Amino acid sequence: MQGVADKTALQEIPRQTFRRLAWRRFLRHRLALAGAVIVALIVLMALFAPWLAPHEPNRVDIMLAREGPSSGHLLGSDVVGRDVLSRLIYGSRVSLSVGLGAVGIYVLIGLVLGCVAGYFGGRVDMLISRLVDAVLSFPVLMLILVIVGMLGPSLFNIILALGFLGWPEVARIVRGQTLAVREELYVVSSEAAGARSSRIILKDVLPNIMSPVIVNATFGVARAILIEAGLSFLGMGVQPPTASWGNMLNDAQSLSILETMPWMWVPPGLMIFVATISINFVGDGLRDALDPKLS
Amino acid sequence: MHTFIVRRLLISFPVILLITMIMYLIINLAPGDPIDMLVGQEGLSPAEIERIKISLGLNKPIHERYLKWLGQLAQGNLGFSYLDHQPVLDRIAERLIPTFSLMFFVILGSYVVAVPIGVISAIRQYTWIDYLATAFAFFGISFPNFFSGLVGIYFFSLILKWLPTGGLETIGQGFSMVDRLYHLLLPGLVLAFREMGVLVRYTRSSMLDVIRQDYVRTARAGGLSEWSTIFRHALRNALLPLITMLGLTIPRLFAGVVIIEQIFQWPGMGRLAIEAILSRDYPVLMGLTLCTAVMVLLGNLLADVLYGVADPRIRLSGRR
Amino acid sequence: MSDLVEEKRPVLSIRGLNTVFKTDLGRVKAVDGLDLDVPAGATMGIVGESGCGKSTVGLSIMKLIPEPPGRITSGEILFEGEDLTKLSNREMRRIRGNKISMIFQEPMTSLNPVHRVGEIISEVIRAHQKVHRKLAWEKGIDALDKVRIPSPEIRINDYPHEMSGGMRQRVMIALAICCDPTLIIADEPTTALDVTIQAQILALLERIKKDLGTSIILITHNLGVIAENTEQVAVMYAGRLVEYADTATLFDAPLHPYTRGLMLSVPRLGGKKDRQSRLNVIPGLVPNLLSLAPGCRFADRCAQAMDVCQRSEPEISIQDGKHLVRCWRYA
Repeated sequence: MQGVADKTALQEIPRQTFRRLAWRRFLRHRLALAGAVIVALIVLMALFAPWLAPHEPNRVDIMLAREGPSSGHLLGSDVVGRDVLSRLIYGSRVSLSVGLGAVGIYVLIGLVLGCVAGYFGGRVDMLISRLVDAVLSFPVLMLILVIVGMLGPSLFNIILALGFLGWPEVARIVRGQTLAVREELYVVSSEAAGARSSRIILKDVLPNIMSPVIVNATFGVARAILIEAGLSFLGMGVQPPTASWGNMLNDAQSLSILETMPWMWVPPGLMIFVATISINFVGDGLRDALDPKLS
Repeated sequence: MHTFIVRRLLISFPVILLITMIMYLIINLAPGDPIDMLVGQEGLSPAEIERIKISLGLNKPIHERYLKWLGQLAQGNLGFSYLDHQPVLDRIAERLIPTFSLMFFVILGSYVVAVPIGVISAIRQYTWIDYLATAFAFFGISFPNFFSGLVGIYFFSLILKWLPTGGLETIGQGFSMVDRLYHLLLPGLVLAFREMGVLVRYTRSSMLDVIRQDYVRTARAGGLSEWSTIFRHALRNALLPLITMLGLTIPRLFAGVVIIEQIFQWPGMGRLAIEAILSRDYPVLMGLTLCTAVMVLLGNLLADVLYGVADPRIRLSGRR
Repeated sequence: MSDLVEEKRPVLSIRGLNTVFKTDLGRVKAVDGLDLDVPAGATMGIVGESGCGKSTVGLSIMKLIPEPPGRITSGEILFEGEDLTKLSNREMRRIRGNKISMIFQEPMTSLNPVHRVGEIISEVIRAHQKVHRKLAWEKGIDALDKVRIPSPEIRINDYPHEMSGGMRQRVMIALAICCDPTLIIADEPTTALDVTIQAQILALLERIKKDLGTSIILITHNLGVIAENTEQVAVMYAGRLVEYADTATLFDAPLHPYTRGLMLSVPRLGGKKDRQSRLNVIPGLVPNLLSLAPGCRFADRCAQAMDVCQRSEPEISIQDGKHLVRCWRYA
């Protein structure tokens, strides 16, 4: 039934028109646009943190501890007197690093393994597919908790753990796409012309399979941010004094702080929520734009 | 069908083995020993430390220790906790029910509420119902569950005082189903919030996919009512991927459970995991790893079996 | 069009049908101002290349155009004294599968894989006739028998994936005839099938037409199918009707340059033409419906185009009482 609209006399859509169409579709998606703006703002906040933050994020001052919002400290201070607003601003650096770092790693691994499996097929494919199945059978959170718990909680460890455990999903997608694209004319003709496999993969296969990978990666960034926040909240992620939105919420495990000092935990929680939902909107918009049939 | 299940179970064994091996390796990569935890507390002399080490078998090389653990496992013994010397099996067993009751409540509630919403959202695409449902879904998946937990406690326990702040039951009272449910409500709702978000999106997209299929057009062309077309043709097919989802939900929920149990002081397996990690209680950790690995694999198996039952194309492939 | 006198009244009349689709790049009129009469008790073909609007005509009659992005914006479709375009969905349901049925192109995906064939057919029967399950099931077996499926009482319990493509298409036809329709719209019913099966299916449709007195609209891009199986033919191009005649007449003496081009481009075996080294093709491409130039839509590909052809579109004119053509050369 999708064919009915396609069967109008629209000619084959060339590449630039595809990009133009995709761009237009994305722009029509108001939520995705709003999300993109917010994400951009957060990125700016992370980049310009030293200039934006009114105070040193890690500076302790017991005299000012547990004070509510005031002119000097717009969002008040935490249990040891650190400025909440400054920590909030610097916290964006942690979240973005995790998001981009982890996703960067696992997209890279997933692309390589997925392409190789899909393109070369045969035993290589079988091996990689088995590996994918095996890793997907792991109780991932247990593994991450243990890794982080054992090797020491740190931003670096979290990024590595998420990066090395997140690739199977991407690899699966890439493999499927590669298999589909492999039989296309432009790949076969390159092979017939005698081009090297690596060149074919890079020039012919990759550009045409990126759409679902981009969408998946976007959602992956949101997921990574949530996981890091959760781990830091439990005390197994980024450790104080480094500010992470997650560990800022750790103090709220005390009922008295929860009840009487909302300025300490509501802002970081909201920031995580806003960041995540904005990225999710962008991901949704990208999915709509790059392949409307998928929505 | 039987051969399928048996084959899957057989393949599962090496996978579980692999997982436990890797886990054991990582655990032992940690700097320091569990003994270090005890030393700080009790101030033992080096000779006594050495003695304890030998008695726990910590002086032997890694592969020996792992094989010993496997051997014990084969006899149904999961070892003893370093912390309180209780059998690991017991410690895990007493945490099973709280965690499973939480998960069961969440899965049941989410499916019952989210699937109809997703279906309606798809049928009435682009209307206000769709937008509302989609917004709700996005909120659900974007809200960090620990934050919703804190917000939940803030509003419902501290401000409104409708629900307890945590725990399995009210202390002092005997066992009461109502009391248990009362305590289950808030953590369950918090977990369900996210799960419903995921399910609404998934159902909606599956339904949208199916509505576009040729066979739905055939049904309409036959003059069937919209109701029949949606229910008997579209929905039946759209629900198939959801069945697979069911099996995969359990491992996914576990991640949320770990955090929620912490916030709500829920005495379940998630909290046990955190305790074990923080106190380097290796036997308990290994036991939990085994449990969760089995959970994941059983979940996947369940999903595949259910799918085979529901989809005639797969069901009959053995027959012909 | 009332000049077009047949012995019998047409079973369906289309007047000024416009079906429009909203796409990302703009509005497209898939069917543009179509006037067509479907003669009773005969097979009328609609032929044209992909994208000319022929499938859209079929879907418009059945009112199965997906609402976003498509819509019938104006026109009438007269059937048994009613204008189908004015009917509500509920009223259309009385007609679909009952008075007018449709057969689709893809038998592999057009039957619901989770239902048995018997369930699919009896469901349609029960939607239109007040019979209980058992009787509907028997009628289903009867329909399968009419389409010459062997052992219908056994096959009725099969799932679609247990059948071959040709069998599934027979099931689709059984589904179409199970309530004795007046008109069957067959949209490329054989395009997805093997050549040998194609012949069987078309012969089956012919037999059904004779036995049950049904009228058939046969939509295809294949001139060979048209030649062998239709009594009248309508030729469509870029959303417009460009020629209409009795099949014999059309093949003997095609008038419209596009039709002529189509006929010439069919490769033929034997005869002097055998010696030709190149296939005849119609130069150029189908026009982009999003940016139509004024004038005849075929003008830029037409070997016999005149000045007026570039400036304005011709109307339909009647030749020899029954042959319709939209071309300035015959105005």
